[in-house]
Amino acid sequence: MTAIALPYRAALRLRPATVVSVLVVAVLVVALIAPGLLTTRDPNAIDLQSTLLSPSWSHWFGTDDAGRDLYTRVVYGTRESFGIGLGATALAMVIAIVLGFVAGLARGFVDTVLSRILDVAFAFPVLLLALLLIAIRGPSLGTVIVAVGIGSAPGYARMVRGQVLHVRQAGYIQASHALGHTRWAVIRQHLFPNAMRPLVAMMTLGIGQSIVWASGLAFLGLGVAPPSPEWGALLDAGRAAITTSPWLEILPGLVIVVATLALTSLGRTLQHRLEGAAR
Amino acid sequence: MTTAVLPRALSVPSWVRTARGALLKIATAAIVLVAAASITFFAQLLVPGDRATAILNQQTGRAQQYTTAELAPVNAQFGFDRPLISQYLDYVTGLFRGDLGTSYTQHRPVTEIIGDQIGPSLVLTAAALVTAWVLAVGITLLTVKRRRAVSALGSTWEALTASLPPYWIGVVLLVVFAVQLRIFPVIGETSARGTVLPVLTLAIPLAGFLGQVTRDEFEKVLDQPFITTARTRGMSDTAVRLRHALRHSVVPAITLSGWALGALLSGAVIAENVFGRPGIGQVLVTAVNTRDVPTVSGIVLVVAGVYVIANLVVDLAYTVVDPRLRAS
Amino acid sequence: MTVPTAAASAAGRVATEPQAALLSVGNLRVAFGGREVVKGISFDAYPGRCLAIVGESGSGKSVTARTLVGLTGAGSHVAADRIELDGLDLATRSERSWRAIRGRDIGFVLQDALVSLDQLRRVGDEVAEPLRVHHRGTRASRRSRAIELLEAVGVPEPSVKARQRPYELSGGLRQRALIASAIALDPRVLIADEPTTALDVTVQAQVLDLLAESKSRGTAIIMISHDLSVVARLADEVAVMREGEIVEHGPVDEVLYRPVHEYTKALLDAIPSEHTRGTRLVRGTSAPRRTRRPIDADRPLLSARHLSKVYRGPDRVDRTVVDDVSFELFAGETLGIVGESGSGKTTTAGIALALIPPTAGEVDLDGSAWTSLTPGRRRPIRKRIGVVYQDPLSSFDPRWTVGRILVDALAKGKRPPSSRAEARDRVVRLLEQVGLTAQHLEDAPLRLSGGQRQRVAIARALAPEPEVLVCDEPVSALDVSIQAQVLDLLTDLQDELGVSYLFISHDLGVIHHMSDRILVMKDGRVVESGDADAVFRNPQHPYTQRLLTALPRLARA
Repeated sequence: MTAIALPYRAALRLRPATVVSVLVVAVLVVALIAPGLLTTRDPNAIDLQSTLLSPSWSHWFGTDDAGRDLYTRVVYGTRESFGIGLGATALAMVIAIVLGFVAGLARGFVDTVLSRILDVAFAFPVLLLALLLIAIRGPSLGTVIVAVGIGSAPGYARMVRGQVLHVRQAGYIQASHALGHTRWAVIRQHLFPNAMRPLVAMMTLGIGQSIVWASGLAFLGLGVAPPSPEWGALLDAGRAAITTSPWLEILPGLVIVVATLALTSLGRTLQHRLEGAAR
Repeated sequence: MTTAVLPRALSVPSWVRTARGALLKIATAAIVLVAAASITFFAQLLVPGDRATAILNQQTGRAQQYTTAELAPVNAQFGFDRPLISQYLDYVTGLFRGDLGTSYTQHRPVTEIIGDQIGPSLVLTAAALVTAWVLAVGITLLTVKRRRAVSALGSTWEALTASLPPYWIGVVLLVVFAVQLRIFPVIGETSARGTVLPVLTLAIPLAGFLGQVTRDEFEKVLDQPFITTARTRGMSDTAVRLRHALRHSVVPAITLSGWALGALLSGAVIAENVFGRPGIGQVLVTAVNTRDVPTVSGIVLVVAGVYVIANLVVDLAYTVVDPRLRAS
Repeated sequence: MTVPTAAASAAGRVATEPQAALLSVGNLRVAFGGREVVKGISFDAYPGRCLAIVGESGSGKSVTARTLVGLTGAGSHVAADRIELDGLDLATRSERSWRAIRGRDIGFVLQDALVSLDQLRRVGDEVAEPLRVHHRGTRASRRSRAIELLEAVGVPEPSVKARQRPYELSGGLRQRALIASAIALDPRVLIADEPTTALDVTVQAQVLDLLAESKSRGTAIIMISHDLSVVARLADEVAVMREGEIVEHGPVDEVLYRPVHEYTKALLDAIPSEHTRGTRLVRGTSAPRRTRRPIDADRPLLSARHLSKVYRGPDRVDRTVVDDVSFELFAGETLGIVGESGSGKTTTAGIALALIPPTAGEVDLDGSAWTSLTPGRRRPIRKRIGVVYQDPLSSFDPRWTVGRILVDALAKGKRPPSSRAEARDRVVRLLEQVGLTAQHLEDAPLRLSGGQRQRVAIARALAPEPEVLVCDEPVSALDVSIQAQVLDLLTDLQDELGVSYLFISHDLGVIHHMSDRILVMKDGRVVESGDADAVFRNPQHPYTQRLLTALPRLARA
């Protein structure tokens, strides 16, 4: 039977998961801009009287080996973690858009060569490529951003290329050619904006992923180093006491998980909405 | 525009086309590896400063300048004194001779270092891939398009696990099952018991990811007309799922398995680190810390090789599952 | 419910049809989430007879068919006074007992075997599946039974085809295999949901013959279709559905040739054919066309000479899609190109539009070079030729509103608007010309109905004021009543503007209704051409003759 006309999505259906994700991201943004609103303590205040305290009302996430309040450190670490996430994702996207568009628009030889190169780059798992860069340049904040950015770029580039190829097939591209628009005008008016539609969703997913990669590097002792309150660095710092004070490891990790989940869920919601609107 | 075409005299026999396709794939794989080797080779040139100086400083633990005479034996040992192009050709052809250069710190061939340690890592990775597939297919089959609560449970579980970073799952499993419950050993062993937690650490997020992909496809497939046809023949829901839907819905996840294997190998680095389990991960972290670029490059290349081979196998696997893909 | 002829025909049927109904449905209601899509319908099916349920999209006909095998779908609510199979109550069955009936007592055939058969399994396994499900025979006996069944439905080399997969078979053979699977257990009732839709007309005729054979063996057939002319070939009884209700129900001769209900009459009038040439299709407006502008047979607007197009496949085998095609399209004329799928008609259209470069040959536009120009030199004269596609939605940028789409087209036209106000005025005039209003300016195409979208597509094509319009299957995706409106619009526009149409369709009725002259294409070649009436009444080429014999049509009173 022929398709029944879909009712136009008049209102955005708010699923509970979406609401929670938006709230989590809102809290993260506050921590990013004004961490002082979420905690009154100083992230670097050492208190040797109260080291390695387990979570309680006065210290929500407990304290570390120098008596610093872990919750406060997590709040203040948001800025650095998100900085890395944003920076790496932005770098990855710029590379991905350039490579993806060139590969998607080029035909024949250039497309083949670029696609092969992307295949090669994709053959390097993100973490390994990042480790190679760190081995060469030595660990630092800048290296981590560049490493994670370059590491995840090929994956996005392939997505962008796929999107370009998909949009290139669309009926409206041919219709626009049939009206007498130049190739460049068609790219500018239709191909570019439509191929870019999923990008916001991809960015949102990407930031979460970048934070995970960066904290993974730090966890291995190869990313941002303690005493920075960057989330990965907190994990690195907590490893020594893992059998006695596991909260130092589990709680910052949980924050990363919750932040990533919120970003991923938001990204997916955006993706579905865009797909729905594009049909 | 539809371009329905008329085949005219298909003169080339099908086995010739199959063989040509296979050769093309192998050639492509070789090219990918050479390109990967080129990237790692030039990456080694990006090390700041003089490489021989860096090696000597690494050995002596000092940071100083050396005379040309002091540097000469090192340059000769690593071949830094030869022209760049011959170093490059040597490196790339070495790839096919099983020669990945010499470690800056251990002064042993990188191939040997990797060969000693890669066994446990491969066991871990393979076990994790199988476990992930079993978990993903099992959970999908049980929960996709069931009562709303069951389906929601399944998809939430997948979304949740898919975004768990491996180090965190590792730590939680370690704390709960090894430290608190004492079911598994805390410190890494390559025994079967010691392998359980690292495998789960890698398999759980991958299962979530594969499950999501399979579930999306499964839902689409269950809406297809051929599923309705099967039902009109009097087939039960379970039989429809197993006999018709499953085969269609695993294709995208199979396509991703090659990539997943690469991701698993890098996840293994973290899992081995968490559980103090011997393997390539430990070697890699040490090598990165000591700036032993040839060893890092070698490991990266081996992983790229595994990825390339895995993708060849995947190509084969999905043409078996979906013969339509053989034609294209 | 008031069904004009139901009582009368029911009485007549009892007189001529003493047999008891095999499948009897009384007051069937189906709702999805509170929205009722089937609103209390009743009908009976008798052994050896075919009941056709006819309706446009959204009429509830397919839902009705699914309900008869207990597969209405998730979230549905079914209520009925009676669903009986040979006296056995089906209305209150459990899923488990439904399964025993499906495939064994009631067979089901869906449209388009390419998606209705499992592409990953062998044809033989698919055909034999009902046997396996209902535990008939052994593995080996089922295999040989599948081959027998394939042979019985006229599949050549059945033992070879049984080992192939559905995608390796031609469309016709696939559909036969699908039917073979449905009749594997010799069910007493066969439900066919659009069994011939998406098939070429010659294949369609074969499939209908196959169903007729099944009927003659005593099977009760319930056929669901949107196509009244297909129904005429097989049905003994017709029920016309609209918005969940049966508006007219009776013997086929009554309903198709002496319809009582207005909707049935409108549906019948809307079918384009040789008889409708020169008239309007929408009922109540069936006045002859307005005075038509004369065709200027001295001025060929498009002249195509020896076009051919060869594609090289990935297996490096050349396929000739268009082979030595020549034609001329005169000013003010409609030239129809008709052919089955794969005949090369769409590629020919693409070449005429200079969107697909021909391998050999060229097309001139109004006496000067067209396809042989470079893209840059062609662009300024593109405004002289426009195009309307089959699927209007995909031809609109999803981000653009109707207004923006039309302004963009005006700007590329012969008289680009000089101000925003002028652009708006002219867009509104265009919308009115195609039967829409200014209120659609801000709409996204996604929000429009199929017919409205095609009107926007036509408006866009007309905006640059072209002399030639290439219409590539412009009504194939539309319901027959909407199709009638769009075809009427196209003829009106031709009368008004004198535009020439190169009209591509697989539908012989549509082609005959619209065209002055036609080309019949097969396998990339033109096998016959000439005046439309002459070709249709006295076809010379055996292929055209075959097409026309296969064409299901309503004999006009």
